[in-house]
Amino acid sequence: MIELKDVYKEFVSGEVVTKVLHKINLKIKRGEFLAIMGPSGSGKSTLMHILGFLDNISSGHYYFDNKDVSQFDDDTLASYRNKKVGFVFQSFNLLPKTSVWENVRLPLLYSRDKVNFKDVDKAIKSVDLEHRRDYLSNQLSGGEKQRVAIARALVNNPEIIFADEPTGNLDSKSGIQIMAILDSLNKMGKTVILVTHENATARYSHRIIKIKDGQIISDEVNKDIIDAQTLNGNLK
Amino acid sequence: MLLDLSYYSQIFKTLKAHKMRSFLTSLGIIIGISSVIIIMSGGAGAQNLVFKQVEGIGVDLLGILPGASDDSGPPAAVMGINITTLVNDDIRAIESQVPEIIAATGYVRGVAILNWQNKSRDSSFLGVSPNYLRVETGAEVASGYFFSEEDDRSLARVAVIGSLVATDLFGNVNPLGERIRINDETFRIIGVMKERGMVGFQNQDDQVFIPIATAQRIMLGINYLSFARAKIAPGADADVVVAEVEAILRDRHNIDDPKDDDFSVRSAEQGLDVLTDITNALNYFLGAVAAISLLVGGIGIMNIMLVSVSESTREIGLRKAVGARRRDISRHFLIQTLILTALGGIIGIFSGIFISFLISVIAKALGYDWEFIIPLSSIILATSFTLLVALAFGWYPAQKAAKLDPIDALRYE
Repeated sequence: MIELKDVYKEFVSGEVVTKVLHKINLKIKRGEFLAIMGPSGSGKSTLMHILGFLDNISSGHYYFDNKDVSQFDDDTLASYRNKKVGFVFQSFNLLPKTSVWENVRLPLLYSRDKVNFKDVDKAIKSVDLEHRRDYLSNQLSGGEKQRVAIARALVNNPEIIFADEPTGNLDSKSGIQIMAILDSLNKMGKTVILVTHENATARYSHRIIKIKDGQIISDEVNKDIIDAQTLNGNLK
Repeated sequence: MLLDLSYYSQIFKTLKAHKMRSFLTSLGIIIGISSVIIIMSGGAGAQNLVFKQVEGIGVDLLGILPGASDDSGPPAAVMGINITTLVNDDIRAIESQVPEIIAATGYVRGVAILNWQNKSRDSSFLGVSPNYLRVETGAEVASGYFFSEEDDRSLARVAVIGSLVATDLFGNVNPLGERIRINDETFRIIGVMKERGMVGFQNQDDQVFIPIATAQRIMLGINYLSFARAKIAPGADADVVVAEVEAILRDRHNIDDPKDDDFSVRSAEQGLDVLTDITNALNYFLGAVAAISLLVGGIGIMNIMLVSVSESTREIGLRKAVGARRRDISRHFLIQTLILTALGGIIGIFSGIFISFLISVIAKALGYDWEFIIPLSSIILATSFTLLVALAFGWYPAQKAAKLDPIDALRYE
């Protein structure tokens, strides 16, 4: 589904050129549960932004379903962000003073297809937040906020869920809960791409890619998968 | 999306979250719009007032003034200089020779100190021909009668007094037949005029009418006229009549070249046209000045929208991350600007109309015959200008928002 070929990325600020990604080659298949790991500044977030159509590459090729993404115009990129992917951020990024329902509905506002607002309730149900449907975003706990963010990422039924340090701002119990939801989404067929610097978070994924100084230093199957759903079940 | 009401409710929510700020932002527009309406309404009211004064004398009138009026300036009589070239026989000639003229009268005016028994009053006397009643629309005798040709010929000392003079000097006494002194001459009152009020910027009720020959020879010792007026028959072409009158006067004054004219003839119609042009120009000029305040209001709106864009940077990033296109973002902020300006505009229109109404009430209370007029053009001008301001000043912040890089926006703290 995803193929990166010799991808370079550099940021130019005035006369200073910062090389962020260096000759990245990567293939990701549909249905994978993947963790991109690395210390801060390693380029893992930039890689996720590129994969998620939020950022462009400096050179090389990015093929999504065999289409060359670097050829996409702004509107096509926006439409891919809208339909193909969903984002979950470390800091939740919910609309302030806005209800759970309206937050989850947000991507549908920008959908060019016919939308069904019943999908909003379905997405809220899938993260077990029906009882918070009309709460305002600032009335929720951190874990609940992140579940709203996941519901928002799901509402357009995307193929890939990107999660950038999804547990970074949560206590461990809520973190496990979030990982269990991501795990179940993966079991339902969604590709989940996780970006984290914590082993504790990465250990639930099936494949771990390590990045350092903009280069992939390892790409291995996770032999010691911990099942987040079982762990979450045990905690209850 | 544009038809989705909840989309607008989101924008309203943003504006409601900053109630004071939204109100202050709109205030510029409110003040701008209402001043455009107040000024244009006031202008229309004043214009109407002036027209009524002119129309009170009659629109089917010719004014004949002594002295030339060419491009170099108005007739000398207007400037208070006495020119002695226009005489009563000129007016009689015009009256008898121009078939389209129904009646004409010369005018002379003087200061009058009126005495009756032990009462005294300052006023003015007006020497006119017996045809006066047929010349001026609305001039009527309430009781008694107006003086005749015979009175004029015989220099009769008879007077017709204005209604205000009658009540002030005589109170409940019937003035008809009473003798009053005007300056040093004794006159018999033969009539009282009907109340007429302010017409031609002169209180018509506060004067005494006497035969023109009496006024000229006995009261003033002159043989010329201050000015004259002639009434044109309905349907006659005023310009043609003006030309005929000019030809007769030139002939009588032995003038060959129109450049040497020692008189000027104007129709009230021409006068009204000029007046309309001047007052319209003035109205639009004042409206344009008021519109400048709208421009200032627009700058205020742009300022706040820029603040709003920068405050919602993270939100813009998020919206882009979930699929908003540039035009979705710019539309979002443009609609926000439009709502702000539209709210200001609506409040401005209503407060402008309300204040204009107050002005008309106050003007009426002060005794002016002021009509409450809201010219449609003022509303159209104000509304279209506001829309223009909103689009012009909302555009830049909206573009700024649309061009934000989603990643920079998401990282923004």
